[in-house]
Amino acid sequence: MDKDSKRKLYIQDTTLRDGMHAIRHGYSLDQVRTISKALDKAGVSAIEVTHGDGLCGTSFNYGFGTHTDLEWISAAAEVVENAKLTVLLLPGIGTIEDLKAAYDAGARSVRVATHCTEADISKQHIEWAREAGMDVACLLMLAHMNEPKPFAEQAKLMESYGAHCIYVTDSAGALLVDGVVDRFKAMHDILDPKTQTGMHAHNNLGLGIAFNIAAIEQGASRIDGSLAGMGGGAGNAPLEVFVAVADRMGLNHGCDVFGLMDAAEDLVRPLQDRPVRVDRETLSIGYAGVYSSFLRHAENASKLYGIDTRDILVELGRRKMVGGQEDMIVDVALDLAKATQDSQRGAL
Amino acid sequence: MKTKVAIIGSGNIGTDLMIKILRTSNILEVGALVGIDPSSDGLARANKMGVSTTAEGIDGLVKMPGFNEIKILFDATSAGAHAYHDKVSREHGKTMIDMTPAAIGPYVVPVVNLDKLLDAPNINMVTCGGQATIPMVDAVKKVAHVHYAEIVASIASKSAGPGTRANIDEFTETTSRGIEAVGGAQLGKAIIVLNPADPPVMMRNTVYALSEDTETELIRKSVEEQVAKVQEYVPGYRLKQEVQFERIGDNTPIHIPGHGDFSGIKTSIFLEVEGAAHYLPNYAGNLDIMTSAALKTAERLVELRKDA
Repeated sequence: MDKDSKRKLYIQDTTLRDGMHAIRHGYSLDQVRTISKALDKAGVSAIEVTHGDGLCGTSFNYGFGTHTDLEWISAAAEVVENAKLTVLLLPGIGTIEDLKAAYDAGARSVRVATHCTEADISKQHIEWAREAGMDVACLLMLAHMNEPKPFAEQAKLMESYGAHCIYVTDSAGALLVDGVVDRFKAMHDILDPKTQTGMHAHNNLGLGIAFNIAAIEQGASRIDGSLAGMGGGAGNAPLEVFVAVADRMGLNHGCDVFGLMDAAEDLVRPLQDRPVRVDRETLSIGYAGVYSSFLRHAENASKLYGIDTRDILVELGRRKMVGGQEDMIVDVALDLAKATQDSQRGAL
Repeated sequence: MKTKVAIIGSGNIGTDLMIKILRTSNILEVGALVGIDPSSDGLARANKMGVSTTAEGIDGLVKMPGFNEIKILFDATSAGAHAYHDKVSREHGKTMIDMTPAAIGPYVVPVVNLDKLLDAPNINMVTCGGQATIPMVDAVKKVAHVHYAEIVASIASKSAGPGTRANIDEFTETTSRGIEAVGGAQLGKAIIVLNPADPPVMMRNTVYALSEDTETELIRKSVEEQVAKVQEYVPGYRLKQEVQFERIGDNTPIHIPGHGDFSGIKTSIFLEVEGAAHYLPNYAGNLDIMTSAALKTAERLVELRKDA
């Protein structure tokens, strides 16, 4: 790593996107302004602002936001001076029309995310974004559900559609360090050297920062993180922690460590109505390999149907549910409730 | 005598429809299966089953000797390709049943509005997700005004061919509009998810309807009656769970950003669609519901014309 330790990392903040999951898509416009301003001042490369499930994610299935994506994006655009304004788009939820509107509101970078085996549903969105002159990064989600070689082939497809950067997106926080390393190696074997790679971590097994470091050692140039780890499940790699580590390692990250610490502590952590941390429920997400944003929906279903959250999460993992299938959380809870009733009846 | 039809598109949907007509229809006969790839599995299947084929697209079809006898065309290609197919169909005075999300003609969902629109030269079948969920939105709407309806369709990755994959935006847009125009919801939203699990997962659809307050028993009954009606042409269509209700009080309304606050009843309907396994195995309920709806529509069209 020594030979390129001065390579400037692209720090992508996700506090105002993945962080939406942690507070059920509840940021006020003032909070978006204040947090964006602090991030911009602290020198991050890009700030992602969208409903947790991307453009148009506002719904019964994923939770209605306090505001529309355009209101949030416009609020951030008012205050951000240097950082690139990023939006998330999941084909199947958001459309090119939504992306056009986000562009008009000030977004200049888009992250197009698909399940790690379904890259070919992103072609029309990537091509439109490139045509519009946007920066395009692609997220292959739930990366633990595809082996390194076929994973890299999916990355190659996205590169062929025009992606500038492909991310190993550990949506379940279920990878191990070797798994991260192997996916980057497989991508670097077949991608054009000009195509960048990036890491999006979840901290469910407590490995978020380690993944970011492993990714950089493999040549990744874009790193995701969020203030106070604000994100689905046990959260993303906490940005202030990552930058402190990167600083001690002598990496070129361009951020103000203390500015990020202050923003995390003063602006973001107080908003967490459910602590963002590794605990029984979030650890179960990493252990069972399910989508991190299932957390709060599973906790709700647990209350409503009297089924243990962990049992719901483990069953979702067993059924191989993927990102976006939040409707199956209640379906599983109803099945488990019925099974419990039946077994009690059998015992009588 | 059976009415002759041609199917444009030799992918999953076109091939499934061909087999369905051959095996089940007393009214229709497949005059041709039209593809653009001579090596496609669908065309090979047609040749084996004694159906005429062309690999030269709709222009090849027009040149086929039996073209004049063909009354109805089914389009199972993609939204982008449909505009030209529609033009050729009109020039030759055929009726077009469009299974792409192009939506040039009016939407038809058989249990909701079949007989109202059958004189149109081009009829659109919305989407597989629309065919599965719009009957449920309509069932709630029969009992109470629907402020907002949202559907989530999950299909097995293996059942989504290249046409579906290249048209994801068209799926969500056309389904959303169908939820409003045919389902009768004031505001509609559609989400589609592809799941690659192996063995493949059965098609699932979840419908959330936020309606004005009423007796939940009335909604339950209306939904169950409608499910039975869909089962008449899609036998594998069923409720996976009891219909779920949640009362949304005026003091804690649902805030839909950009649209306002709504109270009433949230109805959640969990559906499963098991396919008839005419082409792909039974997990591909998405193929079955689309081709069954198109077949039902074409058969009804022929019946009505005979009466007239």
